[in-house]
Amino acid sequence: MERAALRGRLSWQLATVVELVEQTRRTKSIVLDPPDWTGHRAGQHVDVRLTADDGYQAQRSYSIASAPEDGHLELTVERLDDGEVSPYLVDDLRSGDQLELRGPIGGYFVWERSLGGPLLLIGGGSGIVPLRAMLRHHLATASDVPVRMLYSARSLDEVIYREELMRAGAEHAVDVRFTLTRKQPAGWDGYARRIDRDLIGEVAWPAGDRPLVYICGPTAFVETAAEALVGLGHEPGRVRTERFGPT
Amino acid sequence: MAFISRGFRGRRREDADPSRVPPGQYVTSDFPVLSAGPTPHTPLDRWDFRIVGEVDEPRTWTWDEFQAAPHETVTVDIHCVTKWSKLDTTWTGVSVDTLLDGVATSAGYVLAFSDGGYTTNLPLADITGGKAWIADGYAGEPLDPEHGGPARLLVPHLYFWKSAKWVRGLELRRDDQPGFWEGYGYHNYGDPWKEQRYAGD
Repeated sequence: MERAALRGRLSWQLATVVELVEQTRRTKSIVLDPPDWTGHRAGQHVDVRLTADDGYQAQRSYSIASAPEDGHLELTVERLDDGEVSPYLVDDLRSGDQLELRGPIGGYFVWERSLGGPLLLIGGGSGIVPLRAMLRHHLATASDVPVRMLYSARSLDEVIYREELMRAGAEHAVDVRFTLTRKQPAGWDGYARRIDRDLIGEVAWPAGDRPLVYICGPTAFVETAAEALVGLGHEPGRVRTERFGPT
Repeated sequence: MAFISRGFRGRRREDADPSRVPPGQYVTSDFPVLSAGPTPHTPLDRWDFRIVGEVDEPRTWTWDEFQAAPHETVTVDIHCVTKWSKLDTTWTGVSVDTLLDGVATSAGYVLAFSDGGYTTNLPLADITGGKAWIADGYAGEPLDPEHGGPARLLVPHLYFWKSAKWVRGLELRRDDQPGFWEGYGYHNYGDPWKEQRYAGD
């Protein structure tokens, strides 16, 4: 740790793929064992670099899915069909392979216990990944901060970490709510529409409670959620966002 | 021997001139959005642009005054630290040279400041000499709020976080004060051709 701090540089390192876990049809968790990991905070990301045999390289950033307290570093990657790196990570990578990465990166879209709450986590699609790290950090540190999570997915099949999140809702004092925007199973009693100001207003604490809010998802999703919160009187400075994907 | 990712071949774009794509970047035709918080919406009648700090006299433009300043249209390539590059983007804006014309300063650095509290730091020499604009138009339209409208700094030769969205002014400084992302471990200067993404790169 001291060496990295003195160096002040994020060096590339070869992590070993310990395990691959299929989360949904299009997403996989990649459990990694990096040789020189100095720890991370929930919400940070890593850069991944792939190298072809002719030296061609491609880099992308992926949110860390694991909590700092977890034994391994875990990424969860969604396959983008027209992507260059994600199809390789989801379809081609095997246990025992090596994966070049550097990190952790980012320091604003981060939640740690000392930042307090109440903590409101709003995720769309694979935007759940850094929020899942925050939730795991909350549970691992037995933080007594009130936590609510709203997770928007197209269908139950596309809900990443479904069992884990439902268990967190059932067994811990975490208020986990889902909205399924395209397809709902019979008897679904969660939300069944795209987020809008009404839905955000139903889920969020009142602005006067000053929740600390983390929103991650596609751009339009994040814009909608953040604008709704500001419109409801939440301080923009307590609404932290991370956006991905095309506009 | 250098590391090779088993079985990785890549999907190289044939339509992008490799000499225009900095190391570690890929070309996209989308225009992704990255912002740390909600998009601010400052009404134009409350918008102004200020040059403050180490100057003989601070300067302020109202929106109407800014609109009346001579605008240029430039076509440039932009490079985001999150790895995407977008080629041949067309912007309309006022050259920073125009805004600084006649300003006497001993400053060597500038801290751009924005609605929402965002800041970013640059050497003054990197925003003068035809290298930077305050852009209020993109692709012939007013700049969309998601992309930094009503006006953003445009400094295409550095990673795009230096092109502060929702910019409201420039603070000219003798010292180099790290801005928002620079304080969170991103590179102080951010030259994409040297791949200066993070501190120490």
